[in-house]
Amino acid sequence: MAKMKFLCDSERCIECNGCVTACKNANETEWGIQRRRVVTLDDGEPTETSISVACMHCTDAPCMAVCPTDCFYQTDDGIVLHDKDLCIGCGYCLFACPFGAPQFPTEGAFGERGKMDKCTFCAGGPEEDPIVEKEKYGANRIKEGKLPLCAEMCSTKALLAGDAQVVSDIFRERVVYRGHKDGAWSSLEGGAATPGQMSQEEMAARAEAFATDATFASNTKGDIIAKA
Amino acid sequence: MNTYTTQTGSTLRGARSTGISPVQRLKMVAISLLALLCLTLSSTLWASTEASDAENRVKGNFAGAGYWREVSDGTEGYTTSKGREHGKLINVSGETWRDWRNRWVSPGGLYAIGGSLGLLTLVYLLIGPLKLDKPRTGKVVERWKRFDRTMHWFVAITFLILGFSGFLIMYGKHFVPDLFGYTFWKNLIAFCKLAHNYIGPIFSLGLIVMLISWMKHNFFNKVDLKWFLQGGGIIGNKHPSAGFLNGGEKGWYWLLFFGGLTVVGSGLVLDFPIFGQLRDTMQWANLIHGVSSLLLLAASFGHIYIGTIGSEGALEGMKTGYVDETWAKQHHDLWYEEVKDQAVDEKEVR
Ligand code: SF4
Ligand code: SF4
Repeated sequence: MAKMKFLCDSERCIECNGCVTACKNANETEWGIQRRRVVTLDDGEPTETSISVACMHCTDAPCMAVCPTDCFYQTDDGIVLHDKDLCIGCGYCLFACPFGAPQFPTEGAFGERGKMDKCTFCAGGPEEDPIVEKEKYGANRIKEGKLPLCAEMCSTKALLAGDAQVVSDIFRERVVYRGHKDGAWSSLEGGAATPGQMSQEEMAARAEAFATDATFASNTKGDIIAKA
Repeated sequence: MNTYTTQTGSTLRGARSTGISPVQRLKMVAISLLALLCLTLSSTLWASTEASDAENRVKGNFAGAGYWREVSDGTEGYTTSKGREHGKLINVSGETWRDWRNRWVSPGGLYAIGGSLGLLTLVYLLIGPLKLDKPRTGKVVERWKRFDRTMHWFVAITFLILGFSGFLIMYGKHFVPDLFGYTFWKNLIAFCKLAHNYIGPIFSLGLIVMLISWMKHNFFNKVDLKWFLQGGGIIGNKHPSAGFLNGGEKGWYWLLFFGGLTVVGSGLVLDFPIFGQLRDTMQWANLIHGVSSLLLLAASFGHIYIGTIGSEGALEGMKTGYVDETWAKQHHDLWYEEVKDQAVDEKEVR
């Protein structure tokens, strides 16, 4: 079974907020709720780096572990969804979530927060009627065989969405091929790696060196290039 | 941003024809293995050997160690999102809170409640309810004024509702949906949350009024010390002396005072998230609230036991305001001496 994950390549994200806009458009979230956000650290410095973040659909999801109503569930694809009918707006998921993903439409006295809202990986929610589903949870693109709109519309393909295995393969390849002789990764290799100077075998060998999982390591070297 | 970050497929395929010598190739493999080694080595090692040089080169075009340190420290960056704390990529304390709540507070509370109930059952089975040692005289003395009783029951009922709803918020998900189904659970938990959030402040007011008006009765004195030394009557077979309130009751008062005020304080922080409380504050408030309220709930069972089935004649005092002379003499002899001339016939007041 596929395990759906997001990955944002900090080397590519240019803080255009296209993903944020795409998400807002696909899901028509309530005023003030922004399921995806781009965070820029060291803004204006040479080290400025941006990352787009939303719910990361954790495998061992903290939100799920602390929710007093047990309204979360994980789909077979590893997408973490929740039932807004059951949610009581206690905010626990927000206290536990590593990424600040859960949001609430209001923040009133007596803990009146309304129903929690978060990224659904564009997989909608527990509602039979598609119209109601769309209204309550936003788009269900997964049902249509599509990936989340944020990732699909990312202009630099910094934001990747899909099966964890595929996403990490793509990213690993990027890490291996990326850079130049003064760049970070290639600096470790004595400055020999300028784009276009490496043979396929070398790239493959280096990719393998970065491989951390068995699936990847068992691939033939040619496969890596084929996936590029 | 560095311009070498994207590479097209054609460049890669073009690279195939370039070709390099086997020696170079071997060097490549060795170097990449070294790279892997460097990656897997601990960050301290990394810092001491390679870091200074590598980090300098890294600067300017790579999200290096410094960047990830900032991320994991919860450094606030810039974001267009107006959500609170959305400038932080990582909620640093979230996992700690989850751990404390789920691994310690939640099971700990069950042990406290279960232990308390178990102990009381044992006491009931082994020692049994405390009976009046002499027959009733039929004459009663006033113990609790109407105001006192109203306060007591107001606080007691709201406490029980809060205890019940709080218990379900903490533990309900583990058994209610399985036993009673989704719809029932959905309504119950929504009700619990509303009840907890709206009754909480009302309870707080009641508790504070009660604590203030009963404080004068509750300062410990020598009599209480003796009462405690005799274990409230368990050690030795003579019932220890006591004034209007005995040592145990005063103990419960001060538990309510400190425990109760902690519960109230932390509860109000949780109940009114309108003052810009951040996640950290809420996590602390939640843990403090959980620990203190669960302990209080466990202790309250003891109070309820002694006030009802545990001791004959005690409940009458809070129900009607009057207690039988026999009960007063047995449990609060010093106080009885003060008020015995005010004793009236039972029929006059009931
Ligand atoms: S809401 Fe937060 S904790 Fe839950 S799955 Fe998403 S990222 Fe993980
Ligand atoms: S706010 Fe809703 S989803 Fe989040 S923990 Fe509370 S009940 Fe669960």
